[in-house]
Amino acid sequence: MATTIDEATIARDANRRMRRSGNIAGWAFAGPSVFIVLGLSFIPMIWAGYLSLTDSNLLSAGHFIGFANYAALAKDPTLRQAFTNTLLLAVMYLPVGLAAGLGVAILLNQKIKLIGFYRTCFLVPFVASAAAEGLLFGFIFDPDFGIVNAGLQAVGLPRQGFLQDPSEALAVLAIVYFWTQFGFNIVIYLAALQDIPEEVLEAASIDGAGRWAKFWHVTVPTVRPVTIFLLVWGLIDVFQFFDLVYTTTRGGPLNSTVTLVYYIWQLAFNFFTAGYGAAVAYVLFFTSLIVTVGALAFGRRRRIAL
Amino acid sequence: MTSEQALRPGPGVDMALHRARIEEAERRMRRSGWRRRLPQRGHLVLLPLSIIVVLPFVWMILTSFMTDTEINSIPPPLWPHHLYTGGYSAVLASSDFPYWFLNSLIVSGAAVIAQLVLCSMAGYAFARIQFRGSSVMLILLLATALIPFQLTVIPTFVIFHDIGLINTLGALIVPQLTSALGIYLMYSFFQSFPRELEEAGRIDGCNRLQVFWRVVLPLAKPALAALGIITFIYAWNDLFWPLIAITSSRTFTVQVGLTTFQGEHITHWSQIMAGTTLTTVPVLLVFLFGQRRFIQAITGAVKG
Repeated sequence: MATTIDEATIARDANRRMRRSGNIAGWAFAGPSVFIVLGLSFIPMIWAGYLSLTDSNLLSAGHFIGFANYAALAKDPTLRQAFTNTLLLAVMYLPVGLAAGLGVAILLNQKIKLIGFYRTCFLVPFVASAAAEGLLFGFIFDPDFGIVNAGLQAVGLPRQGFLQDPSEALAVLAIVYFWTQFGFNIVIYLAALQDIPEEVLEAASIDGAGRWAKFWHVTVPTVRPVTIFLLVWGLIDVFQFFDLVYTTTRGGPLNSTVTLVYYIWQLAFNFFTAGYGAAVAYVLFFTSLIVTVGALAFGRRRRIAL
Repeated sequence: MTSEQALRPGPGVDMALHRARIEEAERRMRRSGWRRRLPQRGHLVLLPLSIIVVLPFVWMILTSFMTDTEINSIPPPLWPHHLYTGGYSAVLASSDFPYWFLNSLIVSGAAVIAQLVLCSMAGYAFARIQFRGSSVMLILLLATALIPFQLTVIPTFVIFHDIGLINTLGALIVPQLTSALGIYLMYSFFQSFPRELEEAGRIDGCNRLQVFWRVVLPLAKPALAALGIITFIYAWNDLFWPLIAITSSRTFTVQVGLTTFQGEHITHWSQIMAGTTLTTVPVLLVFLFGQRRFIQAITGAVKG
């Protein structure tokens, strides 16, 4: 009797000691990271919410002005332009980016030679910096000295303004953006395709499925979760479009390439209307949050329905 | 009971053997040349496409060795007449490029070292140590992935300004010391890490830190390599925050420095392309060197 009590006490004691040492060790290991990541995200996020209700000029706190910034941004033509441009970029890039990514991934998902070489080539633009790529494409599409116009002239086509033409600049940026990003789609799709068991495709073949039938009824449904992920990822990425604009057009000509983040940057760090910039940033945040949650919910519903 | 267990091969051993056999079989098949009979038509699309994709970089390197007169002639030559290095010497001598390059190396190097230490420690704690608040903290950490930097950048600037970090490399290093993505990568790695090894370490009398340092980390090299590579690439390429946090030329990173070439040297394309090449080479070397790990990291982050 006495011995069992003793054993229970010892066990409880050991347990408590374990838990306490776990608490100390756990926080010692995770504490610095938790402190830095949470401190640099949630605190500024709440602060930005407060700033958006003031007329802060970045370096002074400013006065509380209620929802005046939000009222102003509803009527801001540049913001509307930035929204339209960002959405246009998404519409121009995403469908092509996903389709091309899946197409190339299917080609790469064969036991062929040089697969490593191809994958490297497609990923290089994704890895190099957007600043360098912006400068490079500013040069390639330069109306006077660029190689593209030289090529157009050589085959007898008219020279184009490209990034200096308000009606072409955004489309050129979408092309450059496609070039920088679709390697990522390829790699993610390829990883998903490699997870499809070969027996499934073989079974489909035995059942008499042709190339297209296999594509639509086996490949596409299997990679649907990945497609939704890439769609959400791509949308978030387009919503944050900045580097390429800054290194090529700086929003011009005639605001034809102003994007949301470029506009936020301008408002806060160029025009020093930080309070208003924070309000625009909050609108961007909620828009991308709604889009993300919406796309994920849509993806889940579809998967259950099927 | 224990003797029976000892006689039976453990499940881990069995899997390893199994895998080794499959690998051996594959190697034999490869040697017999079975691959050659498989369809190779994909090359008709893949070869031209992959060349088109890297062509802009080839053009960048070629023009960095051309003179401005060559570049500006219409039509431009497709190949430099001779290896002109004036663009490189101009960019290295007449701009602050050497400072920018060094600053980028310092910031990226510090980010890599700090994240290897801090992310692996945090990831290990969340995967292995039971401590109060761990699950809530993990969820909060992952939730920060939904907060765009554009939302937090204005207050972050104000905070860094108030503590006097603006216009120093510290302003660039502090936000890169650790990351939610890095913690998540290490967390998912440690979750699939065999517990037996740590227990062996504990029995040998090591404390948690010693177990982590001597037993766990040496075996986590693949995950650490992946984390180090993506951290370096991300830190090296970052433009948005350095552009905001740094105002004096000698403290710029290469990416910020590059943007000052735009407009200013508009006709000196040779010089600009030399600078762009020098900026791209380090990140390409890291990528080519650690491509396998890089792909593992990005696909692992997605699948998890």
